[in-house]
Amino acid sequence: MACYLTTGKHMSIYWSVLTVLTLLAITAPIALLFGFGGASAARSHFAPLRWLGQTYISIVRGVPEIAFFLFFVIALDQIIEYLRHKVKCPDWSQPIWQGNDFVVCQAAKMPLGNAPQWVHETYGFSIAILTFAIVYGAFAANVLFGAMRAVPHAQLETAEAYGMTRRQTYWRVLVPQMWVYALPGLSNLWMVLIKATPLLFLLGVEDIVYWARELGGTKTPRFTDYPHGDWRMWYFLALLVFYLAFTRVSEIVLARIMARLTHGQATAGGEAQRKAAA
Amino acid sequence: MKTLILTSAVLALTAGMALADGHAKTIRMGTEGAYPPYNFLNDAGEVAGFERELGDELCARAELTCQWVTNEWDSIIPNLVSGNYDVIIAGMSITDERDEVIDFTQNYTLPDPSGYIAMSEDADLKSGILAAQTNTIQAAFIAEGSATLVEFATPEETIAAVKNGEADAVLADKAFLTPIADADADLIMLEQEELLGGGIGLGLRESDTELKEKFNAAIASMKEDGSLNELLAKWEISGQF
Repeated sequence: MACYLTTGKHMSIYWSVLTVLTLLAITAPIALLFGFGGASAARSHFAPLRWLGQTYISIVRGVPEIAFFLFFVIALDQIIEYLRHKVKCPDWSQPIWQGNDFVVCQAAKMPLGNAPQWVHETYGFSIAILTFAIVYGAFAANVLFGAMRAVPHAQLETAEAYGMTRRQTYWRVLVPQMWVYALPGLSNLWMVLIKATPLLFLLGVEDIVYWARELGGTKTPRFTDYPHGDWRMWYFLALLVFYLAFTRVSEIVLARIMARLTHGQATAGGEAQRKAAA
Repeated sequence: MKTLILTSAVLALTAGMALADGHAKTIRMGTEGAYPPYNFLNDAGEVAGFERELGDELCARAELTCQWVTNEWDSIIPNLVSGNYDVIIAGMSITDERDEVIDFTQNYTLPDPSGYIAMSEDADLKSGILAAQTNTIQAAFIAEGSATLVEFATPEETIAAVKNGEADAVLADKAFLTPIADADADLIMLEQEELLGGGIGLGLRESDTELKEKFNAAIASMKEDGSLNELLAKWEISGQF
């Protein structure tokens, strides 16, 4: 049994746990940044920027994730290679799209065709992070947009009455106060993001669900030293425990952040905290 | 500082270019890794099987540097045409439909009759529920017949569907089904067989004629000296050239 759990293949599933955690750790802040940018743009006083923000939010939120992951990633990859092709191979005579085929010169390949496998994997992983960040950034943008509007208007008027500029009001009054309104929505997003990682396989990154399926599948004695029947149930059970534990930890952390953000706020939660302390 | 960054960026770019042109191109071989004995992941998590040995030999003969990548079956053709790898070597039968989108080399297996695996001898192949992997010749065959087709993303799931009663039988390549029937007392191979497809070939982009010729020559030379037959026999795939 111990031997079975330490085969090279099992090492891959342990690695993929790290992959998933890394992806979440990197994606969450970037998605938040996209969301913040999107929300700020959507409530901008400069019309083109506002349109841009609103378009981003509504389009990305409207497109089914699986379609986005299948289409957008291939398109993004092709755009990158197309631009590199234009720069690096200016005297290339053949067309880039030949029927179904997308053909660029070797030097424009991203990553280069002769790059080692880890470079390909890192590239795939980065594309995955970017895609996740764009998709979840749009949802985060909508949450933050709502949160910005939820900050009591009296607060902003007071800031203006004190002679703050629009920019000062935004950064010093609006942004610090909006998080308490945004957190419930953002925590929802975080939970959805945790569970969305199996979409990674669409992008060529092998995640834990892929490996659980692969390892749990029936193995006939001819092709392996460790034959077994259909064990997928046990592997998925392990995944269930992993995801539930992860969700629980997230809940605890989010509850703490919520308590801190509520501190001193003019909300029911903030009032309750004040009374408890008094 | 800015110029320093710029120059180093330019240097890096030109170095990358020199590398790409100086070295022979690495051919990336895309496979599914879930279809023994053709291709599967061994205990070390590496691609193994008939096509692994065949592919390595073909690359050696064509003097190419090759690298193995796995890709889901469903998106294996789109990823080839958009250039994520250069060759599909995944037990893919040569069919006219696929030939419209990609190109095939000459076949390296003879058409392997597809067999049925079921829990009992009297499984209803005429009007019952038959399982097959999505986008395979077997799925297309069932869809044309009178039986009900259920499709699954991986071969593994088709077998599981029969074992839990969701489907009456699986239709797949015999070389894939036989070891499963041997290892599992509940499953039996049925007598009936279907002759589908035109054998298995390497899939390439239609624009990649040069690579196709190289592989065609390598396959021809393996057919001539009998080494392909040895490989087929070793992995118990029926049909000898």
